[in-house]
Amino acid sequence: MPEPLHSMTIAELGRRLAAKQASSEEVTRAFVERSRAVEPKVGAFLHRDEDDALAQARAADQRRAAGQTRGPLDGVPIGIKDVVAVKGQPLTCASKILKKFISPYDATVIERLRAAGAVLWGRLNMDEFAMGSSTENSAYQTTSNPWDLSRIPGGSSGGSAAAVAAGEAPAALGSDTGGSIRQPASLCGIVGLKPTYGVVSRYGLVAFASSLDQIGPMTRTTEDAALLLQSFAGHDPRDSTSLKQPVPDYTAALAAPPKPWTIGVPRDFFGAGLDAEVRASIESAIEFYKSRGCKIVDITLPHADLGLPVYYIIATAEASSNLARYDGVRYTHRSPETTDVLNMYFKSRAEGFGPEVKRRIILGTYVLSSGYYDAYYLRAQKVRTLIRRDFENAFQQVDAILTPTAPTAAFKRGEKSDDPLAMYLSDIYTISVNLAGLPGLSLPCGFTKSNLPIGLQLIGRPFAEADLLALGHLFETAHDYHSRRALL
Amino acid sequence: MTIIPGGLCSKIFLMEFEAVIGLEVHVQLKTRSKMFTRAAYRYGEPPNTLTNPTVLALPGTLPVMNAEAIRKSIKVGLMFGCKIAETCKWDRKNYFYPDSPKNYQISQYDQPLCLGGGVEIELPGPSRNIMGAHRVVQLTRIHLEEDVGKLTHFLNDSLVDYNRAGAPLIEIVSEPDMHSPDEVFAYLTTLRTCLIAAGISDCDMEKGQLRCDANISVRPHGETKLGTKVELKNLNSFSGVRNGTEFEIKRQIQCVQKGERIIQETRRWDAQLGLTQSMRSKEQAHDYRYFPDPDLMPVRTTPEQIEKLRAELPELPFDKQRRYLKDWELPYTITSVICPDRELSEYFEATVAVCGQPKAVANYIANDLLRELAAAAPSGESPLTVSQCKITAAALGGLVKIIEAGVISKQIAKDVFLEMFRTGDEAEAIVDRKGLRVQADTGELEKICAEIIAANPKPVEQYKAGKLTAINALKGQVMKQTKGQANPATVDEVLKKLLA
Amino acid sequence: MLARFMPQPSVDIDYVANLARLDLTAEEKVRFAAQLGDILAYFEKLNAVDVSGVEPMAHAFPVFNVLDDDVEQPGFSPAEALLNAPAQRDNQFLVPKVVDDA
Repeated sequence: MPEPLHSMTIAELGRRLAAKQASSEEVTRAFVERSRAVEPKVGAFLHRDEDDALAQARAADQRRAAGQTRGPLDGVPIGIKDVVAVKGQPLTCASKILKKFISPYDATVIERLRAAGAVLWGRLNMDEFAMGSSTENSAYQTTSNPWDLSRIPGGSSGGSAAAVAAGEAPAALGSDTGGSIRQPASLCGIVGLKPTYGVVSRYGLVAFASSLDQIGPMTRTTEDAALLLQSFAGHDPRDSTSLKQPVPDYTAALAAPPKPWTIGVPRDFFGAGLDAEVRASIESAIEFYKSRGCKIVDITLPHADLGLPVYYIIATAEASSNLARYDGVRYTHRSPETTDVLNMYFKSRAEGFGPEVKRRIILGTYVLSSGYYDAYYLRAQKVRTLIRRDFENAFQQVDAILTPTAPTAAFKRGEKSDDPLAMYLSDIYTISVNLAGLPGLSLPCGFTKSNLPIGLQLIGRPFAEADLLALGHLFETAHDYHSRRALL
Repeated sequence: MTIIPGGLCSKIFLMEFEAVIGLEVHVQLKTRSKMFTRAAYRYGEPPNTLTNPTVLALPGTLPVMNAEAIRKSIKVGLMFGCKIAETCKWDRKNYFYPDSPKNYQISQYDQPLCLGGGVEIELPGPSRNIMGAHRVVQLTRIHLEEDVGKLTHFLNDSLVDYNRAGAPLIEIVSEPDMHSPDEVFAYLTTLRTCLIAAGISDCDMEKGQLRCDANISVRPHGETKLGTKVELKNLNSFSGVRNGTEFEIKRQIQCVQKGERIIQETRRWDAQLGLTQSMRSKEQAHDYRYFPDPDLMPVRTTPEQIEKLRAELPELPFDKQRRYLKDWELPYTITSVICPDRELSEYFEATVAVCGQPKAVANYIANDLLRELAAAAPSGESPLTVSQCKITAAALGGLVKIIEAGVISKQIAKDVFLEMFRTGDEAEAIVDRKGLRVQADTGELEKICAEIIAANPKPVEQYKAGKLTAINALKGQVMKQTKGQANPATVDEVLKKLLA
Repeated sequence: MLARFMPQPSVDIDYVANLARLDLTAEEKVRFAAQLGDILAYFEKLNAVDVSGVEPMAHAFPVFNVLDDDVEQPGFSPAEALLNAPAQRDNQFLVPKVVDDA
């Protein structure tokens, strides 16, 4: 049976389009129809503008007919997490406070995707304001893991991960503050890359924690991640935190022969909470790399267990300030019965924000409040330096660090939603990477007995995205985890 | 209600007490775009025409620093002798208000751009013509921040215009180092003249380009501990600052005299009622939760960059005043008018370069030119500036030259000046066109003098009888006869010779 | 969890909710105070770390002077600016009465 278009990667679709074996309109229609078929079960999209996507696709076909194709993404649909601004489209961040908000501007990454000819496809579900690890914090709808609909897809980019895993888009944009690309990628059996902080512009990314957030690709393969990242990475003068580092050819790096890598494994970080099946899968992956001539070194990250408290102080502090703008004045939900500006603020925000967002705003406000700044925020920033130093020391000996992406496979809906701390612990392996500003790649490395995906994480030096993709590609081409499809 | 006694009583009260005043002055920098985004900034545009996603704090927007704003701020610090920080950074000041789009203001908390420094002020002298004492008011710091939008209040609601939101501001904080309303007025005056001279801001308080809050306390003379301070707001003009400060000082002294406690609070100056009122709700201290802004990188300055900016600074008005006195012996009555105005002083020096007569030029400028510039302005509007004047520096220099050379009399020169002002023509051209040259031919002059003497026996008699001033009547007639073109000194000489 | 048996730092929820302009129900206040107490107790781990001489990490990489030239760039028309406004009048954003210190 011929492989359906909706099962194909960006690279495969690109080849089809170039060979005129399919038009962009046909390709896009395939994903539109796939979404119609599976969305009742998966619930990945908050919003789909089918007409708009097909119009973009027809424009791509016209370009191709005129010999003006823009590159490997031209005419290929890419799903957009509802946290990245697209002009004329809703931008809810899965929150009621932005229920009616239509963005009047494009994020820089969107401008670049448009310039590459990509078909911007839909608004994908997420945890409200990117705060969460299961997408259960969405104010609008539940997203289910395509591998087991009773389970969560991970978060906060759960909609993006589920859409790609379910074949509703060949790839999607996600955002990652403490693991929000990598963890859902792991739980849904796809590839997710968080770039080095500053490599991808944050202009147009709704801010959660400014010093940690990054946009990244969520794809079926490392090759697709390279293609997608290539289209939007690089310095942006509108983002003062974006760096002037030149953008390498990520795809060329994949084709290069594998180097003799030294891979570090921080085993004492693999604590009691690590699921046995996940542990086995990771050990198997380590053996694979050894068999390919990589040197495996045990490393320590002495302050790794402090990542969670440091993260939850810094991220919530920054978030409490970043979310102050949602106040009922200029563009958000405004509470209907208010008598003065003050109670308008209190009521609009209370009505508009969900419980996890409120909790984090309160926590963040508290740690910054008078008398507590030194004890919490300042101390956390100092420990952050120590966490960073741990990685710098490790990278003196190794080229990449390998860990599980998440301590377990996808858990059941509702299992952790009453215990915020338990939920936070599912980010234990990913969080320090954001704190140190390093790049992190998650790729599928196995399945549990109940057919739930397992992911491994590769962490690199600053600006080592190409290296990570090459190392991931090496694993990927020797296994078929990335070609397995969830039955829906 | 507080009753302020007038006259002698209040002077006695005032003598027992010392006022201690610190000012926080916000100045809007004259840049084309805003502090952290490139939306244009101009005063007086229709509402919400100067916004963009970042100004409105739409989700996902980010700040980017304005290089010119940084440069201008460093220049202000250099002008006032501050230490320019090697590294300074940005902090978020978190509070909610409808005119603040992000509900935090990007400012500088613990690492500002400038520290220390001082502002030289000139107090009023015993009369307008005598220079008053100079002293230096110490500064605490100067930092950069962004402005907020404009709220207009109605009976049941308010409207917000974000045109001004994000405009670049510097905040100049003085030490509590002023002790009278006069010092406060002098301080603001110096700030204004220096900032205008250096092209930093137009400092128009009516346009909100310069805003001032005062921190005022009183204490018995000789006491070193500071009294309870009151923050005074809504000081919307220079005179408002002076009057408001004066009222508040008296109010506090009265309280203390009556044994009442000064409440640490914020008060509002009401210029209509002429008193300060408590702003009760602002009494609680704000918890601003300052933290470093993660969206902005710190600023590092280098000695090279600083010296380059220092070279662009204009001469400060008081330095100029001192130089004019030393080099050209120009009196205070003249320098107090010319020196505070950079354009005018440049015009003055350019004119002197042409004709080398500083005192004469200064007089023409301080008296005739300024008078005409004021008269030429449409009624109710401020005087024309020297750049709008038709007389170039070279032309004025030309006029002064021919006066000194005796080509025309000082009397005639005044008319020539007016003609130059009206037409922009050069002095010599006007003199030739109207035939105004001084008669060099004394023969002709002797003839006229003889005629006048013959025609005026009375004054002649008086002069010969010893009333020497009687010659003036004769002189006047000669001048009239010669249409003012005779050289008065020569006329004098000739008459005396003939009357002898 | 062990954390629940440790002395919990107490959060003045009313004070913090006021700063954050968040109306909380009585039930939310109780629930949040407990949850935040747990989280803050977990943060106690940080107090054991020796941070003497360690600089806070404000930014991922040491970069300075990220500046833009002072050039005007086109922005929004009033219509675009007010596109998502909950209420407006005369091309301005309309808010309920401002009572002094909002």
